[in-house]
Amino acid sequence: MAGPSIDALGQFSLTTGLGPIGRAVNFTNSNEAMLAAAVIILGLFAIGLKAKALVPGRVQALVEVLYEFVHNMCVDTIGEEGRRFFPLVFTIFSFILLGNLIGLFPYFFAFTSHIAVTLALALFVFLFSTGVGFYTHGFGFLKFFVPSGVPGWLLPLLVPIEFISYLSRPVSLSVRLFANMTAGHVMWEVFAGFMLLLTAGLGVFGAIASVVPLGLNVALAALELLVAGLQAYVFAILTCLYLHDAVHMH
Amino acid sequence: MRRLSTALLLALAPSAALADGEMPQMDFSNPLTLDQVGWMAIIIVVLYLVLSRWGLPQMGKVLENRAAIIARDLAAARAAKLEADRAVALLTATLSSARTTAQAEVAKAVADAKAEAGAKAAALNTQLDAKLAEAEARIVAARNAAMAAIKPVASEAAGEMLLKLTGSAPAQEELVRRVDDALAARKAA
Repeated sequence: MAGPSIDALGQFSLTTGLGPIGRAVNFTNSNEAMLAAAVIILGLFAIGLKAKALVPGRVQALVEVLYEFVHNMCVDTIGEEGRRFFPLVFTIFSFILLGNLIGLFPYFFAFTSHIAVTLALALFVFLFSTGVGFYTHGFGFLKFFVPSGVPGWLLPLLVPIEFISYLSRPVSLSVRLFANMTAGHVMWEVFAGFMLLLTAGLGVFGAIASVVPLGLNVALAALELLVAGLQAYVFAILTCLYLHDAVHMH
Repeated sequence: MRRLSTALLLALAPSAALADGEMPQMDFSNPLTLDQVGWMAIIIVVLYLVLSRWGLPQMGKVLENRAAIIARDLAAARAAKLEADRAVALLTATLSSARTTAQAEVAKAVADAKAEAGAKAAALNTQLDAKLAEAEARIVAARNAAMAAIKPVASEAAGEMLLKLTGSAPAQEELVRRVDDALAARKAA
């Protein structure tokens, strides 16, 4: 039977962007969104830093709020050493936040819904925090896998558990973000598809009934806005936590 | 029949949508899936470098500058308040000392005036006393003179009266003595 069908996953398929140049170097549509996110972040800084006013304007206040939010998160979670990692955490947080937010707009690509992207970010965070741990403590960082204050005979059981839970960090970090964003966008697409199906199948009555999925999508939009901010925050705070573990080992 | 197929389609739509094709995210045979990561690395490194070299230090400076200005203003306000408190304390002290000084001055002036008035009164009293004494002395002298003047007249008159009554006059000394006695007796009375 002909008619509209729901293609909930087509929105995630990659194409090349930026015309023939992008095609030649495999610059994808998700990279376009990443570029847009980076340009928006730097643009906000450029506008916010233009006045450097004592009493900030709107854009300056926005950038200041972002700055202080991430700065406090770093210092509160990692400690005073967190200042060193602040630019890194800020870059990751703002990149993911803008990626999530851009993805909410029609015709924009949500690059955080790609497991390759989130896994790459999570692996970087994982390897970086592990590197910081070994850089700070040398091979003493391996003691991180030996929980203190447990009887010796439990250690053969506990050390592998600790090690596996440590190794699962990048997986949970990446899948959490990827799954949240993918699920939200699939639900949006499915509800929007319902409207087309209802109208095609039931005519005028279907068109009236499609107010229900429309309303659901409006509610979903609010939820996705929350998820976009929340998942960026979760990614950043977990990055801070892993760095805290690497610096303090407990 | 058409209704039923539509309902079936609606019910199965989500699973059909997902089962339709493979998820593009998991399609690692597509070179773009991994190539986007390489481009992301470039974009995010550039973003990191620009943010860490330019954006974040500048914004940090703005915030530090504001914190410093606020702290400076607060310190200035605190200093001004201390200054004001000190001025008020000084004012209170000055006022109270001026009040005590003024009260002492008033008391001293009153005492001085009283002393001066007393001295003047005393001087006047002594002057009056002196004048009184002088007057009294003049009166005494006048009375003595009068008394002295009355004695010869009295004795002469007594001699004349005795001569007329008895025809003989006692001796002059006798007469003077008797008149003196009489005058003394009158004075005593």
